[in-house]
Amino acid sequence: MTSAHAGATTHAGVGRSISNLLYRRSTLRLLLLLTPPLLWFGVVYLGSLLAMLAQSFYTFDDFTMEVTRELTWASYKALFDDANADIVLRTVGMAAAVTIASGVLAFPIAYYVARYTEGLSKGLFYVAIMLPMWASYIVKAYAWTVILTKGGIVYWLITRLGLGGALEWVLELPYVGGTSLSTSNLGRFLVFTYVWLPFMILPIQAAIERVPPQLLQASADLGARPAQTFRTVILPLAFPGVVAGSIFTFSLTLGDYIIPQLVGPPGLFIGSMVYTQQGSIGNLPMAAAFTVVPIVIVGLYLSLARRLGAFDAL
Amino acid sequence: MRALQQVDAGLHRRDGRPLSHVTASVELKQISRHYGTVRAVESVSLSIQDGEFFSLLGPSGSGKTTCLRLIAGFEQPTSGSLLLHGKEAAGVPPYERDVNTVFQDYALFPHMTVRDNVAYGLMVKGVDKQKRYAEAEAALELVALQGYGERRPGQLSGGQRQRVALARAVINKPKVLLLDEPLGALDLRLREQMQTELKSLQRRLGITFIYVTHDQGEALSMSDRVAVFNKGGIEQVDTPRGLYAKPRTVFVARFVGGSNVVEGVLARQLTGSDRPFSVRPEHIHFARELEGDRLGVEGKLVDVQYHGATSRYTVDVPGSSPLNVNLPNSEDETGRPAIGEAVRLAWSRQAMVELEPGA
Repeated sequence: MTSAHAGATTHAGVGRSISNLLYRRSTLRLLLLLTPPLLWFGVVYLGSLLAMLAQSFYTFDDFTMEVTRELTWASYKALFDDANADIVLRTVGMAAAVTIASGVLAFPIAYYVARYTEGLSKGLFYVAIMLPMWASYIVKAYAWTVILTKGGIVYWLITRLGLGGALEWVLELPYVGGTSLSTSNLGRFLVFTYVWLPFMILPIQAAIERVPPQLLQASADLGARPAQTFRTVILPLAFPGVVAGSIFTFSLTLGDYIIPQLVGPPGLFIGSMVYTQQGSIGNLPMAAAFTVVPIVIVGLYLSLARRLGAFDAL
Repeated sequence: MRALQQVDAGLHRRDGRPLSHVTASVELKQISRHYGTVRAVESVSLSIQDGEFFSLLGPSGSGKTTCLRLIAGFEQPTSGSLLLHGKEAAGVPPYERDVNTVFQDYALFPHMTVRDNVAYGLMVKGVDKQKRYAEAEAALELVALQGYGERRPGQLSGGQRQRVALARAVINKPKVLLLDEPLGALDLRLREQMQTELKSLQRRLGITFIYVTHDQGEALSMSDRVAVFNKGGIEQVDTPRGLYAKPRTVFVARFVGGSNVVEGVLARQLTGSDRPFSVRPEHIHFARELEGDRLGVEGKLVDVQYHGATSRYTVDVPGSSPLNVNLPNSEDETGRPAIGEAVRLAWSRQAMVELEPGA
């Protein structure tokens, strides 16, 4: 017994003794497992974020176009200039609209996929939802400019349906309209919603899927009509998913700088402003200050959602 | 007052008095539920009386839970008729049925406090907050959980969640309470305690309990009557005493109390008939010689299991599956046979119950 055991140990060699060592020393195992990702997360991810935060307090000299390491609030103060505040409001307004529309569109789809599909049909739905994400994002944005342009397929369809007058009326509305669909805020909104919708569907679907069917039966059993069950059980339990999805759509819209350039009226977005500031002007502190804006907004949004009890079910 | 009368009725039933004056609260007539080619429930007929503690007992997959779900309204029958208090209930959704369910895994709403869970049934009816919270507190008191209202289900132990589920299910004052293996997830001691509490709760509320379980001990100790399910159908409906003393089929004899079923060659040899019969393990003795009207068989002791108050002796006999003998353990156990010894088993004719063949 003992000799056989000893023989096996010598035979197994280094691989097994390392395995055994790691099995006995769980701290060592954990350390080995976590060091690479923690290094990545700590240095590359958080480190660059902190570096950026630090840079937003540096001083930019308008005449020499140089950045010096003197700390100042100047960039943040500049955020409140009319032109810059405009950019922030324009971006946040669009992000909010896109998020709400995505939520409204995504919920029924997510609900259907979570509750009524399984196996193959569920797989097909996943593919259908993710398929648009497989194509290059820039290609899709360009494709939309063609779709929405005057003489494009949308105009053709609307004219065929005899709704040309209605479209013109919509395009004359303030904030929504523009000279054509592809240069209107409406068009930009459509493209954003199209591009980010999957990011809203998937978390909501995952949240609804986690709601045990017994809870819905219990609710019906206690006398709740389907609408009441939806409001008091499904919606609250799916809400963390809605919040997660809205963080995606909201922050992705806040940070985007390509769609605003390709579709919609002139006027910078936060993303395009960051691009301009750090690219052509070289005002890194201002670019950094602009980048802090979405972080702060999402932070405020999350604390608000928490106040409202969005994460109570977690 | 009504509750007290009902309690009386329940006690009388326990004593085997006639049931004719009570109305049927749940009636299943030739109910079937098929899933494709699977016949989960096949033409089951049952009549459950008002105020009765009725158990549906059977192994997993026997159709007992499907029956309960049919009564709750989570499933619709493929054919047959279901009457709740005399009214046809097929097609009526769960939220319009005057029955409530205690789920196997409790199904408490994780995002609500215990109080909101319990008050849920009143909340969806539009009862105002103050009133429903007062009633929820009363219901929590009924299950000895007063003061737990502020907690979340996640902060409670399994036994406490079980009680919350009970309180939530009785807040609407249903006439019928359905319990789907409610004690399955609890440990033995807690389960025994909850059995007593459930029984006393049923007496206090005076409502019908329909209780699904695979544990025959649980069914026997709590029920007024038990329906034994097997393969989607009912084998026998009887009082616990009736089931145990007079099993109708081979399945019931084996499933309820693990009786010995003698069939085939040995049965023919002993009775001259091809019909199988059952003998309870505690009705068999070791004997030197056969006396009087007793029947006997010789065999070899192959196993002894010690169960505390009793010991179970397994004896190989020719022409039959092994027979079990239960003997009480006394302070002096000399003279008991040892494993491998040849023994003679004996039992009286009264101990034999003729069975219908089957599984």
